[in-house]
Amino acid sequence: MEHRNANESSLVTVVINGETRQAMTEPRTLLAYFIRENLGMTGTHVGCDTTSCGACTVLMDGVPVKSCTVLAVQADHHALMTVEGLESIGGLHPLQQAFWDNHGLQCGFCTPGMLMTSTALLRDHPEPTETEVRHAISGNLCRCTGYVNIVKAIVNASQKMASEPAEV
Amino acid sequence: MFPSAFSYVAPNTLDETYELLEQYGDDAKVLAGGQSLLPMMKLRLAAPGMLVDIGQVPHLATQHESPDALRIGALTRHAILDSKQFDRYPLLSQTAPWIADPLVRNRGTMGGSLAHADPAADWGATLLALKASVQLASHERQRLVALHDFFVDVYTTALEPQELLTEIIVPAPLADSLVFGHYFKLERKVGDFAVVGVAVTASLTDDGTVSEAGIGLAAMGSIPLAAKKAAALLIGHRLTPELIKEVAQVAAQEGDPQSDRRGSEEYKRSMVRVYVQRGLAQIHQEWQVANQSIA
Amino acid sequence: MAMEATESRPLGKAIKRKEDPRFIRRQGRYLDDIVLPGMLYMALARSPYAHARIKNIRLDEAYKVLGVKAILTGADLEKMNLSWMPTLAGDRQMVLATGKVLFQYQEVAAVVAETRAAAEDAVQRIEVDYQPLDAVVDPYAAMKPDAPLLREDREQKDNHIFHWEVGDREGTENTLASSPIVVKEFIRMPRVHPAPVEPCGCIADYQKSTGKMTWYVTSQAPHAHRTVLAMVSGLPEHMIHVISPDIGGGFGNKVPVYPGYVCSIVLSLQLGRPVKWIETRTENIATTNFARDYHMTAEIGATEEGIVTGLKVITIADHGAFDAAADPSKFPAGLFSIVTGSYNFPIAFAEVDGVYTNKAPGGVAYRCSFRVTEASFLIERVMNTLALRLNLDPVELRRRNFIQPDQFPYQSPLGWTYDSGNYDLTLDKALELVGYEKLREEQAERRARGELVGIGISTFTEIVGAGPSNTFDILGIKMFDSCEIRIHPTGKAIARLGARHQGQGHETTFAQVIAEELGLTTADVLIEEGDTDTAPYGLGTYASRSTPTAGGAAALAARRIRQKAIQIAAHLLEVSADDVEWNGEKFVTKGLESRGVGMGEVALAAYTNLPQGMEPGLEATYYYDPPNLTFPNGAYIAVVSIDRGTGQVAVERFVAVDDCGTVINPMVVDGQIHGGLTEGFGIAFMQEIAFDEDGNNLAPNFMEYLVPTAVEAPHWETGRTVTPSPHHPIGAKGVGESPNVGSPAAFVNAVVDALSPYGVTNLEIPLFPWKVWNVLREHGLTL
Ligand SMILES: Cc1cc2nc3c(=O)[nH]c(=O)nc-3n(C[C@H](O)[C@H](O)[C@H](O)COP(=O)(O)OP(=O)(O)OC[C@H]3O[C@@H](n4cnc5c(N)ncnc54)[C@H](O)[C@@H]3O)c2cc1C
Ligand code: FES
Ligand code: FES
Repeated sequence: MEHRNANESSLVTVVINGETRQAMTEPRTLLAYFIRENLGMTGTHVGCDTTSCGACTVLMDGVPVKSCTVLAVQADHHALMTVEGLESIGGLHPLQQAFWDNHGLQCGFCTPGMLMTSTALLRDHPEPTETEVRHAISGNLCRCTGYVNIVKAIVNASQKMASEPAEV
Repeated sequence: MFPSAFSYVAPNTLDETYELLEQYGDDAKVLAGGQSLLPMMKLRLAAPGMLVDIGQVPHLATQHESPDALRIGALTRHAILDSKQFDRYPLLSQTAPWIADPLVRNRGTMGGSLAHADPAADWGATLLALKASVQLASHERQRLVALHDFFVDVYTTALEPQELLTEIIVPAPLADSLVFGHYFKLERKVGDFAVVGVAVTASLTDDGTVSEAGIGLAAMGSIPLAAKKAAALLIGHRLTPELIKEVAQVAAQEGDPQSDRRGSEEYKRSMVRVYVQRGLAQIHQEWQVANQSIA
Repeated sequence: MAMEATESRPLGKAIKRKEDPRFIRRQGRYLDDIVLPGMLYMALARSPYAHARIKNIRLDEAYKVLGVKAILTGADLEKMNLSWMPTLAGDRQMVLATGKVLFQYQEVAAVVAETRAAAEDAVQRIEVDYQPLDAVVDPYAAMKPDAPLLREDREQKDNHIFHWEVGDREGTENTLASSPIVVKEFIRMPRVHPAPVEPCGCIADYQKSTGKMTWYVTSQAPHAHRTVLAMVSGLPEHMIHVISPDIGGGFGNKVPVYPGYVCSIVLSLQLGRPVKWIETRTENIATTNFARDYHMTAEIGATEEGIVTGLKVITIADHGAFDAAADPSKFPAGLFSIVTGSYNFPIAFAEVDGVYTNKAPGGVAYRCSFRVTEASFLIERVMNTLALRLNLDPVELRRRNFIQPDQFPYQSPLGWTYDSGNYDLTLDKALELVGYEKLREEQAERRARGELVGIGISTFTEIVGAGPSNTFDILGIKMFDSCEIRIHPTGKAIARLGARHQGQGHETTFAQVIAEELGLTTADVLIEEGDTDTAPYGLGTYASRSTPTAGGAAALAARRIRQKAIQIAAHLLEVSADDVEWNGEKFVTKGLESRGVGMGEVALAAYTNLPQGMEPGLEATYYYDPPNLTFPNGAYIAVVSIDRGTGQVAVERFVAVDDCGTVINPMVVDGQIHGGLTEGFGIAFMQEIAFDEDGNNLAPNFMEYLVPTAVEAPHWETGRTVTPSPHHPIGAKGVGESPNVGSPAAFVNAVVDALSPYGVTNLEIPLFPWKVWNVLREHGLTL
């Protein structure tokens, strides 16, 4: 049985973007801050205090979750993927490329969360309709784009991925 | 934004869990999906000294369908019920997509939602319509509590501090009927709790007679409610426009909604009426289609 | 399809954004990403009451929290003469409360600690004894003679802040009295908040050894903030280095200076360590500058034929506890006097009275050029009422009253000189896109079936690009903007501007402007903003002013480069400068197009092979003081239907045709319009910060302050007309805010149109389903 004391740091081990990383942290540390501050990966953002905005979305065991509402200790020995893990040696992920091509971002603050949610969406539903995309990203707020070009980018990426599966 | 300090323990078995709950009592809180508890702790509206994370306890996230019931493990996440179809329980997959948003649904659990007992929560309404019960367990005893006895008040349930909610048991619909279900939610945007939520389910025999029915209401009182009087009116009758109208009107009078920024009492009652009416009309229509295809 | 940055002659092309690669890879650097060695974290204790006297503050328990380094209260700041700070509006605002608190969530104490969690732990242990006082929430109640006095610090012993008026009161009243038709409407724009996804924050980093203060801050106006900081703190301005890193959206929220900023600066000065403060979302919505809260009554006079004769507007502006409006100093009501809109009013009068209430201070121009949203909403809504009164199609009414193309430059009765516009043309385009006649036919059919369907029109005129130095300043600093360009020997350029983008795409669009002027590609021009040690002085990015001001500076700085470059080109071409001309891509010998040199060759020569006696280098700086503002316009059409069961409104279609003059990058312009329309939709249907009678904020977070998700946001159809600004160097007018300014009225007009057969002329926003349902019920329309 795993037991960690209040106000004491203990070891948390995660496999993040394929790499095993460890850091000491208190039980109360939220996963978003663990990733940002303990692991130094600042792609995952924090935009609210009520689990509403999705700027903090990461994949935990492949599932998109709001990392501000998961404890770091809950992620111990789990696999995480963040926006930093999207680009491969081969280049940008098709979703990254599509966000760029379609002006799917303005200030960029919501973008990492949008990318992670849509990564999982396209894995599970390779050819989503516009309506499906809109529902899938409804836990991610964007204040800049009005969503039009984000939806366009995701649909565009899905088409590209369907026609060039090798790139994925 | 940062919870007060707490200790964290993740038991591996139910027994260990019961022991911890016994030992720490009021100071401990069960951590399931964390989608209600952690937001409250972040705003420091809750500050338990100890979190008992049940995420590593096996078998709590399973679903078992038997001829007489569907047993849903307390840790079953909302998203599972969004994607998995249980044909005899259509109301479940109709409700799931209305809860919170897709990311919250990936973490939040049915057991957590019920234990949290937000009067506006969607599962409460739906599971009351389905006449579900919950299994509560501790070191000392196991008890099966009907959901309508489980909800006590706003954020208050029949759970004792040392008890764990392990399972939700939904009785199977009658075998010789076709079962239908719809969930209606008036929300101001995705991620909003219900202004009003209405779950409607009915089983119809070959000739269209209602053999079983349930109506659940969210945000219509201090706890999730079943519109029992209205549902009872349906039994043994066909879904005529007159009956539908009457039932909708009766349902609208059940519950005790408060006027607030989300709408007046009158508005909320009217929404119940409109949704019950729409739900039953839709069920009637679906039954007609199903019946035609069988014939 | 978007084009690469290597495209030549880039102006007007949809060039892919240069800033995007770093954002999609997450190599952007937002404020909270910055971690400095030895950094401490600050958190603020805030008042639970909207109005209360502070009896006592006890810190002993808070100091016991491990890791706490210092706690600051109003009393400490008072000793430094810093417990109050000036606001941009010429009022003053408490930094940390002394004596009493005036709004819920007001700053009472600042804790700095080794970790964020410790800082919050300590905040929770600060004990404050409050004696609650009656709160004043309603601005009308605030003006009553027996209202509790909120600001005891002022000499004036009532809650009135300012009276501002413009136009001819008597003449307008006489005109209205003699007009055959007069319509009057009360229109309220509720309190809202820009709520960018990234909240505000800063790191103050004071190095005792050098005496230099480096201040990283989410700032839309870094230079102005540097000057304000110098004035408030007494630090020499050259020892203040303001860095505004990548900004996660601003929309006006990141223009003012907030108490949290001042506290972190004071604490860093005291401790000699970097102090970071990042607001929570609750702090963001509940305390940093709100927008609107305008309560307006308008009367329009007209002839029987529907020709407008006069406009009178009376307004109460609720500024909260301090007048912290971020307006140009001479404009306490911003540019509200654009309220005559696109219409040829012969006479008009407008007045605004500002009042104090027990609410958070403000307000800012939320995606709006200083109260222009309020003005546009008002005129577009009341014109709708006039059309109803005259039983005229709202399109026809507008056509009869539009300012005509030959009237430009048009002198408005409230004092503006509109630069250009062709309102009929813009409207025609929108009508064509939406298929107006057919829509009206469909509407009639659907109405006959009992459906509630409405079509709403808004044909607004904006006023942006503050502004000419003869009228516009902030705390005395003129509202010019600036650009400095350096061409490197290999023909690549770096340009620095006084503006600060927050997603508007300046790194691409300004590069396009400069590249176009210099025969380079967008890829050749690096744009830098937000660092006061390197960028020339400018007033920042808000109120759609960047393109009209900094964009003008960029073009003119580039032209200044060309002035020198032509001399060098002549030297290279071995002809006299008089015989050389710029053909848009390179310098050529007049009449001999084939003999030419490009900017690359000229640049190299500027460092290697100069004409005798010429100063080496190829650089220019331009401080652009615009001769006038610019006046973008648009025609928006919304189509809605109402669920008679629930009162929910569905936006079936929305067509937006904008005229923002010359378009630098159509892809970026469309993006700005999509975003602004979505905010306008939020304003019309869901965004509101409401209060209870005790002044408790009922929507301090994203669970109650509702902003649209991708599911609610309608699909937008856009179009454009191009009427260049005659006075802007490239004819551009600015666009970021038009959609937010113009769209709320289109939505509301559409809902009113759906209900107008039943006598409805006015509805209060936001149009929550229950509100619409109440109206349906009143008229027997519910199911
Ligand atoms: C942004 C947002 C929007 C939301 N919108 C909705 C909505 O529209 N409709 C809706 O219904 N819900 C909504 N929710 C709540 C969400 O559904 C939660 O998941 C759910 O209420 C709680 O489930 P959980 O598993 O996350 O429980 P937790 O947060 O882990 O726990 C909640 C409470 O239940 C107790 N508990 C949990 N499991 C057990 C158990 N097995 N036995 C005993 N006690 C237990 C915990 O101790 C705690 O007190 C929303 C949440 C968020 C963050
Ligand atoms: S930070 Fe907003 S949902 Fe996580
Ligand atoms: S791009 Fe700014 S919030 Fe989405």
